[in-house]
Amino acid sequence: MNFYAIKAIYKFEMARTFRTLMQSIASPVLSTSLYFIVFGAAIGSRMGDIDGVSYGAFIIPGLMMLALLSESVSNAAFGIFFPKFSGTIYEVLSAPVSFVEVVCGYVGAAASKSIMLGILILITARFFVDYEILHPIWMLSFLVLTAVTFSLFGFILGILSNNFQQLQVVPLLVITPLTFLGGSFYSISMLPPLWQTITLFNPVVYLISGFRWSFYGVSDVNIGMSVGMTLLFMLICISIIWWIFKTGYRLRQ
Amino acid sequence: MSSIISIQQLNKVYDSGFVALKDVNLEIKKGEIFALLGPNGAGKTTLISTICGIVNPSGGTITAGGHNVVTQYRAARNIIGLVPQEISTDSFETVEATVAFSRGLFGKPANPQYVEKILRQLSLWEKRNSKIMALSGGMKRRVMIAKALSHEPDILFLDEPTAGVDVDLRRDMWEMVRGLRENGATIILTTHYIEEAEEMADRIGVINKGQIVLVEEKDALMQKLGKRELTLQLQTPLTELPAELNGFALELAKDGHELVYRFDSQSEHTGIAELLKQLGQQGIDFKDLSTSQSSLEEIFVNLVRDSK
Repeated sequence: MNFYAIKAIYKFEMARTFRTLMQSIASPVLSTSLYFIVFGAAIGSRMGDIDGVSYGAFIIPGLMMLALLSESVSNAAFGIFFPKFSGTIYEVLSAPVSFVEVVCGYVGAAASKSIMLGILILITARFFVDYEILHPIWMLSFLVLTAVTFSLFGFILGILSNNFQQLQVVPLLVITPLTFLGGSFYSISMLPPLWQTITLFNPVVYLISGFRWSFYGVSDVNIGMSVGMTLLFMLICISIIWWIFKTGYRLRQ
Repeated sequence: MSSIISIQQLNKVYDSGFVALKDVNLEIKKGEIFALLGPNGAGKTTLISTICGIVNPSGGTITAGGHNVVTQYRAARNIIGLVPQEISTDSFETVEATVAFSRGLFGKPANPQYVEKILRQLSLWEKRNSKIMALSGGMKRRVMIAKALSHEPDILFLDEPTAGVDVDLRRDMWEMVRGLRENGATIILTTHYIEEAEEMADRIGVINKGQIVLVEEKDALMQKLGKRELTLQLQTPLTELPAELNGFALELAKDGHELVYRFDSQSEHTGIAELLKQLGQQGIDFKDLSTSQSSLEEIFVNLVRDSK
């Protein structure tokens, strides 16, 4: 294991994050605040409690997930896409590192950034609504697990993308709809039966449900199922990355 | 001297079907400066990229320091530094940070003293806190070299190191490369500038259309293929050569003002004495004479033409 390489990549990526602090942190925090103002304070006061939780508090886990998923994917995707685009990837490819070190560095940094962001949103939410966290350890575990898994997913997208447009397609056209329809703003039990069944094919449902459970002890699906689905997705992503580095697909000619 | 890089039966076929390298066999000796010459698209960069792990070989084996570059890539890459042809740097990073990054990436613990030493050698120390995008092209090229040297490699690849670099910097780089060799490093450079190979290299390899056409000690190559020319400036121009001089490889140049004699510098018998005697007998007088040796460039052009 080349730990110095992991450290070097991680440090490099985090430096990039802090260089672009405004767009990395400020804009997600701002948009989340807007959600709280609109859905929490303005509309939320006219909505009834869901599963005994006030609407403003109910949407916190969903909003955190919304930011966590899209930021993890786009951070990790950009992190590896840019060296490919600028040509500096040559150095990583010619370095004595395996996919393990590269992934730990890039994905670790992208996930760290998302986790910081999630916590920042949680703090921001405090200014708008009261909430409680019943299972803080589980909450943190979900946060980390989700951030890592979706950073892995973003890393794959970054390698597969050929241009900036492709880089944005998946976060924009896949992640955002799945999160909105995955119960960020409602409990899936509020849907008609047919849609409830269809919704269960949306992997994000399991993330949001499990995450919400860690806050309020209520969930749409079984908590074990939530953890299992996330781990399965993580495993699939790791396998794909392993294969990419083994064959050099889209990396080495 | 023993080989530090050994390439056997190396082939590379790109996905497009383009055959970039064909049965390449090459041994690089420890501690030498090896110049790889070849026209554009000959396979120079592909060869280097395959050794360094940027391009997957289609067949054959490469070892660096005795380690197979595919199966024992960690050990092999640890001892290799690469300066690619294209200048690609992280524009927003500072010079010092990017060199420290490279060192870490190659598995070496931080060593600010060593980084300082390299930056001073490359006249980059004053610019250590500048962002790379603020540097000139020549400075960026030096940053690339500093990055490649950051992990103290035994083998250094320089892919067209002096392309687009001014004369002063080119001289500096040559000095630096010689200094590295004196410290025991092996250097493989590709170049378009034949004077560069002539100036620097111990051995020269010529690659054309993915095949190694020739590998030779530079001096031996110059002697073996080097033809010498004797040029005589005539007092009075000649319109044609007298029949008595037909036995000599002579040519009239500059509208008959010059007489050019080609001879093999290696042979015992160059024929110069006979020629001058004959000229005297024919009453052909000359005011000046000079000899010249064909340059590596001519040798190279001839080789590439022959292999077509």
